[in-house]
Amino acid sequence: MRFAHRHLLGIEHLSQSDITAILDLAEKYVDMNRQSTKHSDVLSGLTQINMFFENSTRTQASFEIAGKRLGADVMNMAMQASSIKKGETLIDTAMTLNAMHPDLLVVRHPHSGAVDLLAQKVNCAVLNAGDGKHEHPTQALLDALTIRRAKGRLHRLNIAICGDVAHSRVARSNLILLGKMENRIRLIGPPTLVPNQFAEFGAEIFDDMNEGLKDVDVVMMLRLQKERMDGGFIPSEREYYHRYGLDAAKLSQAKPDAIVMHPGPMNRGVEIDGTLADDINRSVIQEQVEMGVAVRMAAMELLARNLREAA
Amino acid sequence: MNNTLFTNARLIDPETGTDSLGWLHVSDGRITAHGEGAAPTPEAQVVDCGGQCLAPGIVDIGVKVCEPGERHKESYKSAGLAAAAGGVTTIVTRPDTSPAIDTPESLEFVTRRAQADTPVNVLPMAALTKGREGREMTEIGFLQDAGAVAFTDCDHVIANTKVFSRALTYARACGALVIAHPQEPILSNGAAVTSGKFAVLRGLPAVSPMAERMGLDRDIALLEMTGATYHADQITTARALPALERAKRNGLDITAGTSIHHLTLNELDVADYRTFFKVKPPLRSEDDRQAVIEAVRTGLIDTISSMHTPQDEESKRLPFEEAASGAVALETLLPAALRLYHAGQLDLPTLFRAMALNPAKRLGLDSGRLSEGAPADLVLFDPDVPFVLDRFSLKSKSQNTPFDGQRMQGKVTATFVAGQEVYRRP
Repeated sequence: MRFAHRHLLGIEHLSQSDITAILDLAEKYVDMNRQSTKHSDVLSGLTQINMFFENSTRTQASFEIAGKRLGADVMNMAMQASSIKKGETLIDTAMTLNAMHPDLLVVRHPHSGAVDLLAQKVNCAVLNAGDGKHEHPTQALLDALTIRRAKGRLHRLNIAICGDVAHSRVARSNLILLGKMENRIRLIGPPTLVPNQFAEFGAEIFDDMNEGLKDVDVVMMLRLQKERMDGGFIPSEREYYHRYGLDAAKLSQAKPDAIVMHPGPMNRGVEIDGTLADDINRSVIQEQVEMGVAVRMAAMELLARNLREAA
Repeated sequence: MNNTLFTNARLIDPETGTDSLGWLHVSDGRITAHGEGAAPTPEAQVVDCGGQCLAPGIVDIGVKVCEPGERHKESYKSAGLAAAAGGVTTIVTRPDTSPAIDTPESLEFVTRRAQADTPVNVLPMAALTKGREGREMTEIGFLQDAGAVAFTDCDHVIANTKVFSRALTYARACGALVIAHPQEPILSNGAAVTSGKFAVLRGLPAVSPMAERMGLDRDIALLEMTGATYHADQITTARALPALERAKRNGLDITAGTSIHHLTLNELDVADYRTFFKVKPPLRSEDDRQAVIEAVRTGLIDTISSMHTPQDEESKRLPFEEAASGAVALETLLPAALRLYHAGQLDLPTLFRAMALNPAKRLGLDSGRLSEGAPADLVLFDPDVPFVLDRFSLKSKSQNTPFDGQRMQGKVTATFVAGQEVYRRP
C-alpha cells in the first residue's frame, strides 16, 4: 500500500484507506512495543527533529520514543526558549533547519495553519503535532486505534465528544476522522464551547449531557482549555463540573459497555471524575497513550518510505 | 494637447446610464462635447478608440499610500503609477500611516509629496481623532483648510460614543464628511475570518457578520443624534443592508461603500491559510457577496473602492492569525470589477456610477462623469482582453494581491488626467 502524502498535516487530507493503512501498520508496532526488545531500523540514518513552539510533555515524549524505537536520530528543540525570542520568523527558522537536512520534522505551533505554512518551505516530511485550534492528526489516529481495538470496529458507532469543542484541535481532527469512517457523532457541551456551526459537519449537538450520552458506545472527554480562552465561556469550574463533568451517574446513560476516553492532560474534578478516569473497566485513557506511540511509529514509517523512494 | 477628439468610442456614461458608440471632445483639460454616431469635423488631434470603452476615470476612496512611515511598501510615485495603470484618475488617500495624518503640517507633507511624484489627482483624507486613538478630535477646520476632503480613523472604530458623537457634531458644523468603519470593536477583536463552517474547519478566530450590523446600527443612531454627513467605508454583509436602507429612507445624510474584494471573493478563497486573502473586514460568505452585488446594482451601496493596502512579504509570510491584513488593488480594481460585468450581474454604467460618479459626488468633485465642463479624467479600456495576472508585473511596490495567477478579462488601454495621457499600455 502506498501512502500518497508527503506530509501528515491533518486528517482532512486523508482517505478512509489512508486511515486504515496507518492503523493496520500501527497494530504491528503495538505488538512490538510490548516485547522486551523494542527496536527496529526502519528509520535508521534518518534525522527527526521535534520542534515544539508550544509546551508539550506527552506528545513530544511520544514522538521521541516513536522515532528512537525506529532507529532515527531524534533531536528535540524547545522553540519557546530559542530563536523566536530573538525575533526570528517562522519561515526563517524553517529555512535554517531545512539547511541541516532533517528527514522528519514534527511540529507543534500555537497558531492554526502555521504547520501548513512551514511545510511549504521545507524539503522534508512534516508531521503536525497540533496547530492552534486546527488539527492534531496523530491524536485522532491514536483515538481511532483505541476505539477499534476496544470495540472491534471503527464504523457505525455512536460517539460523543464532550466539553470544550470550540478550542480543541483534538475535537476537530476526531470529528473529521470519525465522520470519514462513517460513525454517528454527537457533540456535547455548553453552547459557548460547542458553536452551532459544528452541526454543518454532520454532528448532532446537545447542551444537555444526560440526553446526549444516551446509548453511546464511546465517550470522548476533552480538556477545558483555560489557556486558550479570552473571556468567560463558563460561569465557574464547579458549575461546569456539575453540568458537563463526566461522573458515574451521567455515564450510566451510555451503553453498559461504553468506553471513556480523554486526550490528557486531565483536569480531574473539572471535566472528569477522578475515580472514573482510573476505572480500568471503563477508562481506556492509558491505552490511548500506548496507542499514541504505535500510531506515530506507523505514520513516520509510511512517510519515510516515500522519502526513501524519492531519494 | 489642447484639443482632442476621441472617436469611435464606446462611451460609458454613468450619469445617464448609457453605453453607446460615439465621440467625445476635450479642450483645455475639460470635456466640451460628446455625442452618439459620427463625430463632427474636428480641428483637433484625433484619438481613434477602435470601439473600446471610454469611461470617466475611477475615483477611489480609501487608498493607502505608505508615506510617511513605510515608504518601502508604497510611495506616492509607485502608487501614482499603479493608479494610472489601473484607470484610477483620483486617489483619495487614507490617513492610517505611521504617524497618522492628523495635523495640518503632516497633511501638507502628503500634499507636497503627492504633487511632486504622482501623475493622477491625489486628495488626502485626515484622521478624525488624534493618532487615530479615538480620544480627542483632530483640528478638523485647519485640516480642511489644508485640503483634507474627508475625515476617518480608517479601521480603528471609535469605541467611545461620546467622543464620536462630539466629533460628528463638530464635523457637521464644518461641513466635513466623516468616513467610518462600521464594526462592533469588541466582538470583532482578534478575528481573522468570518464565523461559519470554514472558520470552524480552519480553527481560526472568527467574528460574526452581525458585528458589522451592530457597528452600523450604532453609527446610524449617532447620525440621527448629530445630523452629520457620513459614509460607511465598507458594507460587506447582507445583514447590514436593511439598516442602511432604512437610514437612507429616513433622510439621513448617509452613503456606503464596499470593497472590490468583497464583491469578487468569498471566505472560501482563504483555502489553506492564504494570507493574501486576509482583509479587513474578513471575506464573507457567498450569500453575503451576492447580496452586496445586488445592493450595488440597486444603488443602496453607493461606491466601490479598491481599499488598496500594500503589505510587504514579511508582513504576509506568517501564520494567518499573525499576518497583516489588506491587499493591493489599484491595478486590479477594474479587471476584477469587470468580472461582475462578464457574469452579467452589473452593467458598465452601473459599475462606473459606483467607481467614479458616486465617489466624486460624495466628495463634491465635478469629475466622475462625461458631461460638458467636467474634467477630462478618462479611462480607455478593452473589456474583453483576457490575461493571467502575474503579481510581479504590478507597479505597486508591494505585490500582495489575491488575484495572483488568476484569469481576468479586461485591461486598461490608456488613462487621461485633465486631458493629458498619463498611461498607455505598451
